[in-house]
Amino acid sequence: MTAITAITAAAPALSTAACAHCGAPGARFCCAGCEAAHDLIAGLGLEAFYRRRETAAGELRPAEPAPGTNFARHAVIESEDAHGIDLLVAGLTCGACVWLLEQALAAEPDVLRARANLQTRRLSFAWRGPAERADQLAALIARLGFHVAPWSPACLRAAEDAEGKALLRAFGIAAFGAMNVMMLSIAVWVGSDMGEGTRALMHWLAALIALPVVLLAGMPLYRSAIAALRAGRINMDCAVSLGVLATTAMSLSETLRNGPFTWFDGATALLALLLAGRVLDRAARRRATQVCAELLALQTGEVARHNSAGIERVAVESIRPGDRLLIAAGERLRLDGVLEAGEALLDTAASTGETLPRRFAAGEALPAGAVNMGAAFTERVTAAAKDGSLALMARLLERAGQARGRYVSIADRAASFYVPVAHAVALATFLGWWLGIGVAWQEALVPAVAALIITCPCGLAIAVPAVQVVAVGALFRRGVMVMSPTALERLAACDHVVLDKTGTLTEGRPVLLPDAARPASALAEAASLAAASRHPLARALLRAAGPIAAAPDVAEIPGQGLRRGAARLGSAAFCGVEAPEEGLTLFYRAAPEAPAIAFRFADALRPDAAPAIAALHRLGLTTELLSGDAAPAVLEAAAATGIPAWRARVTPADKAAHIEALRSAGCRPLMLGDGINDAGALALAHASASPAGATDLAQSAADLVLQSEHLMALPAAIATARRAQAAARQNIAASLAYNAIAVPCAVLGLATPLIAALVMASSSLIVILNALRAGREVAP
Amino acid sequence: MTILTLLVPLALGLGLIAVLFFLWSIRSGQYEDLDGAASRILFDDQPSKESRP
Repeated sequence: MTAITAITAAAPALSTAACAHCGAPGARFCCAGCEAAHDLIAGLGLEAFYRRRETAAGELRPAEPAPGTNFARHAVIESEDAHGIDLLVAGLTCGACVWLLEQALAAEPDVLRARANLQTRRLSFAWRGPAERADQLAALIARLGFHVAPWSPACLRAAEDAEGKALLRAFGIAAFGAMNVMMLSIAVWVGSDMGEGTRALMHWLAALIALPVVLLAGMPLYRSAIAALRAGRINMDCAVSLGVLATTAMSLSETLRNGPFTWFDGATALLALLLAGRVLDRAARRRATQVCAELLALQTGEVARHNSAGIERVAVESIRPGDRLLIAAGERLRLDGVLEAGEALLDTAASTGETLPRRFAAGEALPAGAVNMGAAFTERVTAAAKDGSLALMARLLERAGQARGRYVSIADRAASFYVPVAHAVALATFLGWWLGIGVAWQEALVPAVAALIITCPCGLAIAVPAVQVVAVGALFRRGVMVMSPTALERLAACDHVVLDKTGTLTEGRPVLLPDAARPASALAEAASLAAASRHPLARALLRAAGPIAAAPDVAEIPGQGLRRGAARLGSAAFCGVEAPEEGLTLFYRAAPEAPAIAFRFADALRPDAAPAIAALHRLGLTTELLSGDAAPAVLEAAAATGIPAWRARVTPADKAAHIEALRSAGCRPLMLGDGINDAGALALAHASASPAGATDLAQSAADLVLQSEHLMALPAAIATARRAQAAARQNIAASLAYNAIAVPCAVLGLATPLIAALVMASSSLIVILNALRAGREVAP
Repeated sequence: MTILTLLVPLALGLGLIAVLFFLWSIRSGQYEDLDGAASRILFDDQPSKESRP
């Protein structure tokens, strides 16, 4: 994979250029976690892992212990003394990881079985003993560098795809039928010396295979067609269903009459090709939904509730109003509540867009979605999860999403004008032959149905799905998850981009500001203390310092700072500095008499924000910045990235209203946002995207989720969507051009099943080859 | 042409067996983890306690 992995793969033990465990460049071990993981793997005799793994450098770094999830609660009883559990393993990216997990678990004497699924990232294992053992085994996996979470219902929905299975089954049956019918058909086409009796036998055999195949394998298409008709619309499936069924019926009548040709091969091949397109399309989007379900599963967690005995960890859903929750430093509030006592420092960026953390006094209402930047505090819950502000927002989004579901795709628009024309041509052909020329109605039916099947060649029906598969797959490889089937079309049509600032244009987390006056050694010293804490600023300090080992014997004084001997790192008061309490500053003092050194933090712009905006302008889109933050910060961000228009102090309702106003003015806005405050605007916009690390609400409202940290993915996605759209239009045009030649043949009764098969195959081939162009990498 | 009475049922029978085999393979979950199966084949030492989920 990367050069770094190649080096570690060649000499795992000797390499000093990269961490021996996670492969991050730097020392032999980038952190204590990696060293422990490496020792653990060596102790189990599983070093072969390092020669095989293909994970990206730094991905396997064991995270700081997350606030303990209660895994035992999720264990299920398998037999009288054995338990089993399903976990989501986020870092599971290569075959070597699967091997390592299974081997490491199998090495535990009480583990009965362990099996990891690389595609769904699901690890299921069972052990002999009490349910509580789940926590230890999950901790073992976490120590190896994998992020684990209980397997959530959302993951299950994304993985257990009954509809996809049904499609695959239908495709298998159709492919079997098409191949066997074709075998018989070819015998009829080439066997000019075949007797009439043998030909009838061939036709009857073809009917024997084709009738159940058309009935069984066509079900997904018929269902979709009926659903569309019920809703008063016409989609491509209506045309295809009618074509297939009419062709089968006509062929059956020809078999009964002992006519020269039957068309069973065309009907079954059409079904097989269409279903192949569906299967591929679904597989492409299923991977995207799975990745998102995984991101959400890692976010949803448990809360610590005070009870008579102390603290217990329970699921968010079981919390009732009046319960008291302990919110640890760095934890996200999941429920609405009030601060019970003391003072709290909360980062409300996700709910309001403000960058600087705000102080809350006792009794003040705390917004769900905020992150605790100060000491641990107790929150009294005022609304259960299903009645809270987040749930209210989710319901609003659902309604907005339904409105968007009514968007008519280009394929359906093409179908709605094309299907009546095709059917009219077929009807005219029938009437012309029957009444005009005066042949028997059964004979007149043959050219009519031939026109029907030739007018619905797969070329047209797979014109758009083929492009979708290619484009969605290409975007997936570049870290853009496409969530909605019509997302690419809407994205291609957008002409105006509305961006959020905090967390979208910026990193959404504090970044250490450079300071020339600061002695160089101070950062490393302070970071070795900071490594012991989960406080957001301590983590930011650690990120700035790079890989560094934690100093031993560090004591954390909650809400104030860290202490090791005489050295102190923390708030101004804690370090004895006479300075006003500013939101994002840490002080470090190596000894009581040493000078205090200030570390200032700010929410920095993403490194590629300015080039990404420039790329959007080059694509002909106008940009605009809407933020809930104060005017100076918004102006600065707008100036640094070259966004011409900006507005500050915008409330969530204002954002949604602004999008509405743009739409009614005839604009097609693309909204890019990450926060709870953006979710409404995301759902209302013509198309929407949310960056990596967005809140779950924003992710579920967005059409695209950018998984990489780079904003450049957005202009690249727009360029891909536009190319895909152009390819889809060319495909539709190409299949219509085919019809211009083939339909007159069919109407005049010149088309044989052989010609129909050739038309079908060649138009499909052209359409698929053209679709492949949509996935090419082109710089936006 | 009498050979057809043997060959045609034979061809159809073989095709039917193939389609039944395909349906069985879907049902037994063999398409659940295509990526995993692709790399699993390269492991030379299988975990001692592995079993189907």
